[in-house]
Parts: sequence; structure tokens; C-alpha cells
Amino acid sequence: MNARKDIFARLKTTLDRVHNPTVRYSGADQRIQGRVTALIPQRGRSEGPAKTALFVSEAERADTDVRRLAQLSDVPGVVSSILAEAKITALKAAPDETLQAMDWAGVDITFGRGEGLDHVGLSVAYGGVAETGTLVMSSGPRSPTTLNFLPDVHMVVIRAQDIAANYEQIWDRLRTDAKPDAPLLPRTVNWITGPSRTADIEQTLLLGAHGPRKLIILLIDAQTS
Amino acid sequence: MSQDPKCHDFHQGAKKALDDERLQTLLGRTLENGFQKKRLQGMSRLPEYEQLRDKARDLKDHVLDHLDMYLARFEAEVTKAGGQVHWARDAAQARDIILDICIKADAKTVSKGKSMIAEEIGLNDHLIANAIVPVETDLGEYIIQLRDEPPSHIIAPAFHISKEQVAETFVENHTHLDPDRDLSEPTTLLNEARGELRDKFLCADVGITGANILVAETGTAMIVTNEGNGDLTQDLPPVHIALTSIEKVVPTLEDATLILRLLARTATGQEQSVYNTFFTGAKRPDDIDGPDEYHVVLLDNGRSELLGSEFRDILRCIRCGACINHCPVYGVTSGHAYGWVYPGPMGSVLTPHFVGIEEAHLLPGASTFCGRCEEVCPVRIPLPQLLRNWRVRAFEKGLSGRAQRLGLGMWAGLARRPWAYRLIMNFAIAALSTLAREKGSFRRLLGAGGWTKTRDLPAPQGGTFQSRYAKGER
Repeated sequence: MNARKDIFARLKTTLDRVHNPTVRYSGADQRIQGRVTALIPQRGRSEGPAKTALFVSEAERADTDVRRLAQLSDVPGVVSSILAEAKITALKAAPDETLQAMDWAGVDITFGRGEGLDHVGLSVAYGGVAETGTLVMSSGPRSPTTLNFLPDVHMVVIRAQDIAANYEQIWDRLRTDAKPDAPLLPRTVNWITGPSRTADIEQTLLLGAHGPRKLIILLIDAQTS
Repeated sequence: MSQDPKCHDFHQGAKKALDDERLQTLLGRTLENGFQKKRLQGMSRLPEYEQLRDKARDLKDHVLDHLDMYLARFEAEVTKAGGQVHWARDAAQARDIILDICIKADAKTVSKGKSMIAEEIGLNDHLIANAIVPVETDLGEYIIQLRDEPPSHIIAPAFHISKEQVAETFVENHTHLDPDRDLSEPTTLLNEARGELRDKFLCADVGITGANILVAETGTAMIVTNEGNGDLTQDLPPVHIALTSIEKVVPTLEDATLILRLLARTATGQEQSVYNTFFTGAKRPDDIDGPDEYHVVLLDNGRSELLGSEFRDILRCIRCGACINHCPVYGVTSGHAYGWVYPGPMGSVLTPHFVGIEEAHLLPGASTFCGRCEEVCPVRIPLPQLLRNWRVRAFEKGLSGRAQRLGLGMWAGLARRPWAYRLIMNFAIAALSTLAREKGSFRRLLGAGGWTKTRDLPAPQGGTFQSRYAKGER
């Protein structure tokens, strides 16, 4: 008998003995349709300016460097100074229209996916979660996943208005944004909370294991449509 | 047949560990002064922690009641998203499925994210035997792969190795580098490993990761890492295989979120692991990166039998490692003594099922039944009860030694005859307190050598609880 049939037969025999299969079937179906949220902790229920402040403090707690910018057009200036500080000229940026439309005079910028030798990468976040200071990256032509992991320094632009109080709000937003003929989620969704780290050598916490050694959030306060 | 056991005698393995001073230092640093403290700190920042544990237990119980249905839905959604699901009844089938995918991809090297299921099926040895080179990318796993050792802990696989030993291993293996380079600092060691592994990530033909959670609703699988290694493994090679077991499925993204609010906090005290990566299917038409081919290998390996047994609750396990971190027995023996892939209390429940109680009958006994494992388990698995169930099975099969059976038989005889129990106890109490005289304790006593080797045995004082109660003492 093939493995799939065998496994399903065994599960069904065991489980049907305890509960009626029809009841089980509708139970599972309802659970998926109903999307039960068990419990959102108090910390995941912030609103307004307190929500942005919580996002910042939680991100900093996870060793993220957060820079607050008044508006999107401030991004190239801040990025240039970060590059100058690190004595690096090349910047690999995600092919996102917002970034492409900016004035990058004086920066050696290329747009594309991440490569093994990229030192500094720049992406735009899909959203953020204030509860734990987490960035949410959604893969697609404008946001290659490789850029989240390969550069030594990863800079991520996020608009304050895109920060959610909790993870559940982000799932809802992704469900709303899904195209009708495509899977509900993009190929990859990354929650990122701080720069890469390891404690595998004698439990000493070290930043920059395989992913970025430094994570810099560029938080844009201005509302944009 | 799964991975072969590496240590066949827990007592011997434990003795070796107890005599190893360096290991004892590392154990103390990692557990009592590491994971245990961090978990407490993590808990203190989330007042709803206890409520979340109840919800997670209920969620997992619900999943187990509907396991076939959620797996079917998961499979359908993966297929819709351009992935392929494979089913493996046992370790051998899982190895063959993976080898077959690798051969079709003409793979020479395979990068690997950390996966306990890959350990469970002995995947690396199988790939090597078929001329495919697996490269572990988690730093701890990389170190033990170079040293040809099994992991000693499910989330800190190389904690038992000192930084000096890591340095020696790197000098031996990274022979293209200056043999006299300074490797005294952990940072230098990390940077060297990062450099060595970066190319391996980029050149690998296939990437293999595990999956911590599967989401039925969307056909999504997800991994949790701090290093970013599993994430590169699922993103860079042209073929990605996610290898996991059937009980990891949950109904919705919200349910996955519930588990993720507990997992990192319980394991390492982190608010959240650095990377939670959710993947759904293969590269999409417009994507500029990601694997062209995506496979999920779902392993049963006896789990469907556990589901209908008195060990069902162990299938709730989310592999956080908390029971291991808090076990006073693991705390001195470390992982290798347990002999197989999963150590500590959860391992002592799982291992007899995978390798047989005949091979692993000492493991359910490797517990003081202090109950800390159950106390810290985020999904409230009654681990001491499950271990007790294995002891019953081992006893029924006559696997416990003759002395133990004799002792238990005598005890049972006494316990069923209260008059005989009282008679013997009164005699023993009187005899021992006379023998001990005014000192009140024994430095040595016939038949109690195991106790008196390391400490004095206090002599009984006064009567038994029952006699004192009968006299009206309250």
C-alpha cells in the first residue's frame, strides 16, 4: 500500500474511534473558516503614537538600530551618511518603486536581489508588529528575500502607518491584499526581530551569524497614501 | 529503521558525563545560569503567559483529534501553490524520497538548516553513502558535523564543546587557512565559520530545512532561527526540501501565532526568535529569487501509532527544549548518555517508541519524577506520567533487573499487609535509632552504600507518621 494511503488510513481508524467523522470534518472546517484568535496579549493591543513608541522600544531591545525620519525623501540622505560611516560606497536596493523614485545622487546604487558579496542592503517592509518590534517582509518582485539575509548591514524602510499592534492584524492585511487567483500568502513572509545572532559557542551571544550583523530600521513618521 | 542509537547504556553514559569536569561546567553555564534564568525573564514580560499555555495545549489537542483533515488540507494548499508533498511511513522511505529528489536535481552538495527530523532518519549518513555532501549550516550543527558527533541538546546541539575545542576543530578542518591564526575569541570563530559557510550556501544544489509549524489553511510551512541559516537554505538553492513530521500541522495562521508567542520565550527567553520564515510553495512567476522547485516531506515514523496510545500527549510537543533545560538528570548527564536523537524527559518518552523499549528501557528510569518538566512544558505535557507508562511496559516485559523486581515484589507484599508493614517498620526504626545512638546518623550502613558514599544517612527519629497520628498528634 502506498505511504500516503497507509498513514491516512491509520489516522482515520484511530481518530474515528473517538469522535464521529462527520463531526470531526465540520469541526476542522469551521476552525479554518473561523480563524480563532486564542488570545492577544495586552502588549499586542497598542494604538496611535504609543504603538509606534512600543515598536521602537521593542526593536531596540532586540538590538535593532532605529532611526526616525520625518518623511520618505529623507531616506537617501540618512542612507548616505550610514554608508559613509561604514566607509562603503556600494548599495544594493530592492527594486521597489518608492526607492527607485528617490534621488540617489552620489550613491553607487544598484537595484536587484541580494548577492553573496553585498555589504549593505536596503528594503521596504510590508509592515511591522509593535508587540515585539518585529519587521514583516513579504517576498515579491519588489522585495527579494535574499536581500533580507545576505548583506552585512540591512536597512529597512517602514512607514509608521504600516506598523500593526499584533501579528494577527498583519495576517488579515495579507489576506486582504492577496490576489484572487494566487495563493493567500507570497512565497515567503519573514518576521525579523533584530540582527542575526548565535549563542552556539559556550552560550556567548554574538551578533551576525549568517544574516546581517546590523539591522537598521528607517522609520518614516509622515502619513502617505 | 531510524538512526541507530549511539549509546546503549544510560548508566555508563551518565557516569562518563559525571566524571567530565569540563562538561559539568558547561552544563551549569548553559542550563541553570542560562536557559532557566532566561525563561524566567521572558515569562516575566508576558503576564498572559500561563493563559497562552492553556490555549496552546487545547489547540494541539484539537489538532490531534483532526490530524488527518488538517494534513489533507495542507497538502492540497501546497500543491495549489506549486509545491509537492511526499509521505513517508518510516525513516527509510523519507531518506529515499529525499535522495531521489537530490539525484533528479543532479545534486553534489546540499546545504542544511537545523532539523531534528533529519537526525531522526539519519539523513546525512545516507546522503554521504550516495556521494552527496551535506553541509550543516547552523553553527552548532556545523561544529558537531566537523567533529562527527551527535547533538547533545535539541536547541543547543554543541553546548558541550568548549571554545578551545571548537578552535582545534577549525584548525584541523579549515586547512587552507593559516594554522597559527588566533582563534581564542568566540567572535573570531564565528567569523571564520560565517566565511566558510557563505560559499556553501551560494553553491548548494539543494537546500534542506525542517519545519517547526505547518499551516493547513494556506499550505505554509515555517522555520524559526536566530542565525538566518535555515532562511538562506530555503531561499538560495534551486531546490528546497522541507522535511518534517505529521504532528506539526495547525489549522490557521492565527494558531501558528499562538505557538510562536510561546516557543522562543520558553526556549531562550527571547520575545521572538530573530527570524520566523513562512514559506508557501515555489518561486512565483514574478519573483526574482527563491527556489524553482519546492518539496515537503511528511514523516510518520510511528507517530500515527502514538496517537492511539497512552503516549498521545507527547505529540503536542513543540520542541522548545524547556523540559530538557530543567531536568535535574539531564543537568548532570547531558545529552549523549541518552543514546539517541532526543534527550531529556521528552526524549525518554520518544526514544523507547522509536528504537524499542528493549533497547531504551533505562531511559524512563532516568527521572526523579520531580515534575519540573511538566511544570515548564509550554503545552503542559504530563511527562512524568508518560515516563511512568513506559516503566510499566518495561516491567511487564521483564526488562527491569532481578534486584528491582525482587525489591518491588517485597514492597508490594508489605504494602498489601498493613500489619506486617507496621511490625517491620517499628522494628527497623527501633533498630536504626539504637544503632545510630546519639549521633543520629550513619556514615556507613550495610545495604545503603549508594547513599552513604557521598553523604550521611540520617537515622529515623520518633515513630512513624501513622503511629503518631494514632496517638492524637496533629
